[in-house]
Amino acid sequence: MRSEATPRSALGEFADNLRAAPRRIRETAFRGGTPNTDRTRSTFVFGNVFLHLHSVRVHRWSLRWLTTAGLGIATTAAFLITLVTGVLLMFYYKPYPDVAYESIKDIHFVVPTGRYMRNIHRWAANVMVVTVILHMARVFYTAAYRSPREFNWLVGLALLVTTLGLSFTGYLLPWDQLAYWAITIGANIAQSPREVTDALGITEMFDPGGMQRLLLLGSDTVGPEALIRFYLLHVMILPLVLTGLFSMHIWRIRKDGGLARPVDADERLGPLPRTYPVFTEAPEKTYSLAAVVRGRTAVVNRGPENTIPSMPHLFYAELAVAMLTVAVCLALALVSDAPLRELANPLLPENPAKAPWYFLGLQELVSFSAFMGGIGIPAIVILGLALIPYLDREDSQTGDWFGGPGGWRLVWRSIVVGLGSVLALEAFAIRFGWLREWFPDIPQLVITLVNPATVLTLFYGVYSVWLVRRHASARAGALGLFTCFLCGFLVLTVIGTYFRGPNWVFYWSPADWPRH
Amino acid sequence: MTTSEGPRSRLDPEPISRRDLLGLSSLWMTAGSMLFALVGALRLPRAAVLDSPSKRVRVSLPETLPEGTAFVPPGGGLAVFRDAGGVFAISTVCTHLGCIVKHTAGGFECPCHGSRFASDGTVLQGPAPQPLRWLKVSPSGEQWVVDQAAVVPAGTKVTA
Repeated sequence: MRSEATPRSALGEFADNLRAAPRRIRETAFRGGTPNTDRTRSTFVFGNVFLHLHSVRVHRWSLRWLTTAGLGIATTAAFLITLVTGVLLMFYYKPYPDVAYESIKDIHFVVPTGRYMRNIHRWAANVMVVTVILHMARVFYTAAYRSPREFNWLVGLALLVTTLGLSFTGYLLPWDQLAYWAITIGANIAQSPREVTDALGITEMFDPGGMQRLLLLGSDTVGPEALIRFYLLHVMILPLVLTGLFSMHIWRIRKDGGLARPVDADERLGPLPRTYPVFTEAPEKTYSLAAVVRGRTAVVNRGPENTIPSMPHLFYAELAVAMLTVAVCLALALVSDAPLRELANPLLPENPAKAPWYFLGLQELVSFSAFMGGIGIPAIVILGLALIPYLDREDSQTGDWFGGPGGWRLVWRSIVVGLGSVLALEAFAIRFGWLREWFPDIPQLVITLVNPATVLTLFYGVYSVWLVRRHASARAGALGLFTCFLCGFLVLTVIGTYFRGPNWVFYWSPADWPRH
Repeated sequence: MTTSEGPRSRLDPEPISRRDLLGLSSLWMTAGSMLFALVGALRLPRAAVLDSPSKRVRVSLPETLPEGTAFVPPGGGLAVFRDAGGVFAISTVCTHLGCIVKHTAGGFECPCHGSRFASDGTVLQGPAPQPLRWLKVSPSGEQWVVDQAAVVPAGTKVTA
């Protein structure tokens, strides 16, 4: 406040303003002030574009270790690590055949910290694949996909597919043997609808497979055009898609009323300690935000009594999970180098030519039928997963691990059925072969429709429909189907990783592989 | 615009006001033109000119190529054989997912997904949907020209 009594020169005022500038910048950036009362903590969250994706207050149930195991945040942290390390790698990577390989070697041997950065990038990507699958399993087994969270389950599925797409396009970039043959195989899987159109004799008129391959490769051969396309997908298109979907995913958690929790969560948690053990210094006054958020939210009908401010309780928990993820990635990157095979050789694939572990289950499926293993069954699986929240519209035991009819016992039984059937079918196919060996002249369409992969999928489907009937509950069917799906994924991945040798022949151990 | 007389069934559509009609149709037209523009833009990634390197390979067969032994010209992708019936070439690109199969005593084996083929290219085992392709061979002086784009019926052998 300026007073008439002490007129000041314009220059003096300027100097004062200049002195005050740092403080004013801080105050204008963080309008709410220090977040040390419940009110300023609220403004701290909803006044910040990044933090406001979270709700201002969080239910105590959400902060229990067993509610989420921090898997979503671990996935996010892994993604952020790949983002940072990925941008750093782009300083030196050159997306052109052969040159790309040299630039990866430069990154490994010459660039300061390049080798470590590439290792971290690769390990964070692997961690992300693991945590995203575990996160999906957590959401499924706590039935957290139910109303009103159905749509967020779909967004999550899209995030899973995008994550796998990023992994796939990532390991194509070094242009080594793995990359070259993965591009070749991937492009031919994209072309594999021809397996069906050829069998029907309509490829001349209707060729979606050929079109997909052409769009992916940008050419009729695997070369520079293909590499630059996969590079573009990896560093631009897919990360943008992932960021967009991720923002929706987090925002919807808030809009859907926080994390799912049992109806009796409040009773189970007991009363809120009068003074929450940490961070509390201000009066325990609570601010309900019911007025600004419509619908079934954390506070409507329940009152805010069992919620605590997101800042700091939620954010510190998230930060801890993120730091743990960083630590794990850094440690793994120290002990294990990202692989780099020989320079791409179009004349000769490696033997065996194996994808990274997370695609070996798919490679096993593809070894039965290209179209069914590469496109048909993945599409069926994704469709089945997408429909789960719309078919299971029950509401008992939402938020409880393995809740539902029979619960744990049903999951155990499904594990036995899921593991047993995939193992039996694989053992049969490995021991006795399949239709082609018994009837060499059998039409390809029959094999496309009837092969171990489709038989297994059908069996899982029939089993879960049977569960729906037996328990008169869609949740029972979903529990069975999802458990079987995880078992199938696990067994196929393990067989592909450890028990397939040269020419994709079954071996008990790599020690038995023929030398050549 | 006329309004129908009598009680309305609940299945009849809600009457729509002129203002809503104009607003909705302009929205749909915007969406339509956006879609049209997008489809046009998506023509860009579909390459019009392809790399298409020459698929014709000139092969000089060694004088002493034992029957049943494959001759793989530099550049790869095919195996050339000679027996009493003449010269023939079989593509070594797996018909499953495009890996290069390896010629062995019993036929061909694919390292990627385990397809096995007989020495005439018919599928013995594994996921390959079709037999290995036989390629067109034509004599050219002392040499042979194999056209990898031209597929001939299995069993077609050529003599000089």
